[in-house]
Amino acid sequence: MEPVYSIRPALAIAISLTCAGLIGLTGKRHRNFREFWTLSAAVSKYIIVISMFPLVYHGGEYIFSTFEIIPGVGFDLRVDAFSMFFSFLSSFLWIVTSVYSIGYMRSLHEHSQTRYYLSFAVCVASTIGIAFADNLFTLFIFYEMLTIATYPLIIHEETPEAMAAGRKYLIYLLGASLFILLGMVITYSLTGTLTFSNSGILAGHGTPETLKTLFVLFVIGFGTKAAIMPLHGWLPSAMVAPTPVSALLHAVAVVKAGVFGLIRVIYFIYGTDLMRELGLGLPLAIAASITIIVASLFALAQDNLKLRLAYSTVSQLSYIILGVALLTPSAATGGIIHIANQAFMKITLFFCAGAIFVQTGKKNISEMHGIGKTMPLTMICFAICAMGMAGVPPMAGFITKWYLCLGALEAGQPIFVAVLLTSALLNIAYFFPPIYNAFFMEPEKGAKKDNDPTWWLLLPIVLCALASIFLGLIPRAPFTPLRLASVVVEQIMGGLL
Amino acid sequence: MNVLFHLPIIVILIPLTAAYLMPLVGHKWKKWCNSLAVVALALSFVASLVLARLVLVNGPMHYYMAGFMPPWGIELVVDYLGAYMCVVISFITLLVALYSKEYITKELSEQRRPQYYTLLLLLTGSMMGASITGDLFNLFVCFEILSISSYALVSISGEGKALLAGYKYLLIGAIASSFLLLGIGHLYISTGTLNMADMFVRLPPLYSSWTVLAALALLIVGLSIKTALFPLHVWLPDAYTNAPCSVPVLSTLVIKVGAVAIIRLLFNIFQPSFVINTIPMTAALSYIAAIAIIVASLFAISQTDIKRMLAYSSVCHVAYVILGIGVGTELGLTGGMLHIINHAVTKGCLFFCAGAIIYKTGTRNIREFGGLGRKMPVTMGAFTLAALSMVGIPPTNGFMSKFYIALAAMTAGRPECAIVILLSSLLNAIYFIRVINITYFGIPEEEIEIDEAPPTMLYPIVMLAACCLILGFGVELPLTILRPAAQVLLGV
Repeated sequence: MEPVYSIRPALAIAISLTCAGLIGLTGKRHRNFREFWTLSAAVSKYIIVISMFPLVYHGGEYIFSTFEIIPGVGFDLRVDAFSMFFSFLSSFLWIVTSVYSIGYMRSLHEHSQTRYYLSFAVCVASTIGIAFADNLFTLFIFYEMLTIATYPLIIHEETPEAMAAGRKYLIYLLGASLFILLGMVITYSLTGTLTFSNSGILAGHGTPETLKTLFVLFVIGFGTKAAIMPLHGWLPSAMVAPTPVSALLHAVAVVKAGVFGLIRVIYFIYGTDLMRELGLGLPLAIAASITIIVASLFALAQDNLKLRLAYSTVSQLSYIILGVALLTPSAATGGIIHIANQAFMKITLFFCAGAIFVQTGKKNISEMHGIGKTMPLTMICFAICAMGMAGVPPMAGFITKWYLCLGALEAGQPIFVAVLLTSALLNIAYFFPPIYNAFFMEPEKGAKKDNDPTWWLLLPIVLCALASIFLGLIPRAPFTPLRLASVVVEQIMGGLL
Repeated sequence: MNVLFHLPIIVILIPLTAAYLMPLVGHKWKKWCNSLAVVALALSFVASLVLARLVLVNGPMHYYMAGFMPPWGIELVVDYLGAYMCVVISFITLLVALYSKEYITKELSEQRRPQYYTLLLLLTGSMMGASITGDLFNLFVCFEILSISSYALVSISGEGKALLAGYKYLLIGAIASSFLLLGIGHLYISTGTLNMADMFVRLPPLYSSWTVLAALALLIVGLSIKTALFPLHVWLPDAYTNAPCSVPVLSTLVIKVGAVAIIRLLFNIFQPSFVINTIPMTAALSYIAAIAIIVASLFAISQTDIKRMLAYSSVCHVAYVILGIGVGTELGLTGGMLHIINHAVTKGCLFFCAGAIIYKTGTRNIREFGGLGRKMPVTMGAFTLAALSMVGIPPTNGFMSKFYIALAAMTAGRPECAIVILLSSLLNAIYFIRVINITYFGIPEEEIEIDEAPPTMLYPIVMLAACCLILGFGVELPLTILRPAAQVLLGV
């Protein structure tokens, strides 16, 4: 299908950047107006992204090219199926998170809200930029923008703890981006291009040793954002930030950008055939498996709910990487849909943790006795998504696990099935205590009844929880993430579904 | 056509003439000093742009002073690099002159202001002269004028520390000048000519001569001092710290002119194949530069004085330029020369911001910058952008030069140099982000009532900050002139 030249990809990015400018100009004097900018930009961005959906879904592409930055590499945007997958997800979740942010930030009377909304808008613009980037160079520009724009959000509280977390974040991520840059420079000097291609661009260039070293550079570079162990250290520390920021980090943008970049490198720079030829999939799959298990064990030991969720993210992200690294169609599908499935479930869990904090001021699981009775709706959603994480049908997590197990068998590596099942057990083990405490313990005396939060907070929670059931119940309905993921896999592997 | 033909000399003469008029104007009409400087520099900026366009269209221009043909007369050769340098120099000095209007009223007494503008114009003229001259001795003369005006500018405030810094600079600079003179003397004895193009032809048979080799060594050491290449940078931190903030901006240009002179020496006087292959001078320079980058960054991290920190950062970034040259390929030379404009713009912006902060708060200590982000939003916004550019975050211009130099090192089979460049950006991040953190999130010790800097200071700041982005996205803009420049220099 002929690609369509359109300004829409650029518009989708520009709209959040403009929104950031307007938020900055409006300031805290007219806070309703400021929030209006956020919401309207989120909705209109979503509409723009959706308008590109049908064509891309049927295998088409949108292209917006500007000028050359270096010979052969331009500042170009291209929307293919995989871009659409990521941008559709994050622009939808931006709406949800914006609504939640407004409820959360106002309930807690947080300071510097203008800075918060502004940075958030820039983050989302960069995320869409990452999704739409046509080449590694453009991707890298937005990737760095995202790193910088997230920083003010992480240190939002401005406490010494937050500043330390921010410092850690910057050192990890700026350090990692040097690896990407080095990898990019090597790739460019080998091939003279950086443009993503469905069959990869590196085949036939360089010696196997060079390509293997290069791969290690890319894995370290993108893997830091994707929190592969032992490069995950910044993510648990960053949970000191307000809860909507955690949602951004864990579901909407940041870690997903790392995974997205890694997938771009694996399938669109290296290409499936070259990956198989060099035998790079297996080591990455092993690293991912270790992360899955170890991070789950770490999660078991945390009493702070957000910290436990953070380690859970570290573990779940490696599901995606494992799926991608197995290099078979089913596994890749499983990995890619988990970007969406994990996002919906984890964002609900974080939203619930935030809602609990807003309503009761509690952060630790051991204090959360009986909150299932005082905040029933919130905790039911929490329980649904926690079970989903563990892979219990009919929630979305089950679909992921199904495809991943299938893929592991396809690849002739049944050992990874064992990894996935162990991880499911561990998931149940670390999600069980909060659920047990919430529903089967008596609330402390004097706790308010019917303590569910305002609808600003509750609506996003319920919506995302419903979405994760929906994605598990009817995964193969038209226009679902699974269908789109199949399109992606068809493009990169020639399609076997 | 006639005027255009004389353009090379006009570009230099405008600031020089204005420099000679300045004491007169300063004596009679003190108020008009700034306007005269601004007008002269604006004219020379326009002339430089026209010159650059001419060179791009017609190729390098040769101008024979007073009509004497080379090798007897003095020749001005405006090649791509020369035209590029003229544009950069006149642009930055024009902004310095604009910025100085308000700024120096606080830094300098009224009698000193005409002197300041005189020196500023002299410096500009001599820097442009040094960039486009085709005569080795003329290069030396230009270097002397620019060095002497720099010494004087450093100590212009007349305070004890400034005098001492200027004196230190003078001593070390004088040693450098004598090295240069000795080196030029050696070359003159060996070849009997002072014209660079002539020398280029006459030198190859003499490459085995110790005199010529000694000359190369002397010139490289002399120019390294002028360029503040580590470990010969010792004059720079003191000079930057104690001079008014507009002087370091000029001085970043001065050290760049030193780098340009190194390029001339290596590729216009000696043959590229000789300095790259026969005696690996470029390789040696690149290793020195690599060490310089790391050490200077580490020094910068330990500073608490903003100007001193920026000074060490300059030592680090001029080494980027040298590293690019040292890689010795077309791409490397392009990247190195690209960093000349990128660093001039970015560091100019940072020093202007530092000047605005000092102008308003009176402190140079980074720890006392708490809360400035809210009080001086425009200045600190520009500072942040420029700092990110120094760190090399895309899409700023700093990233582009970093990318080009790293790419050049990689394609030339020198991955260690690429790694040094990347490592340095991490070190840069450490000291710049500390400043940004304090200004935005630090808590001021005592509440002081300050507001944004005056508009004449803000305009240059904003303009340079905008340039950081423009040159980032529009990196092709300088590259259109730098690509042929590198090709001409390397003779490909």
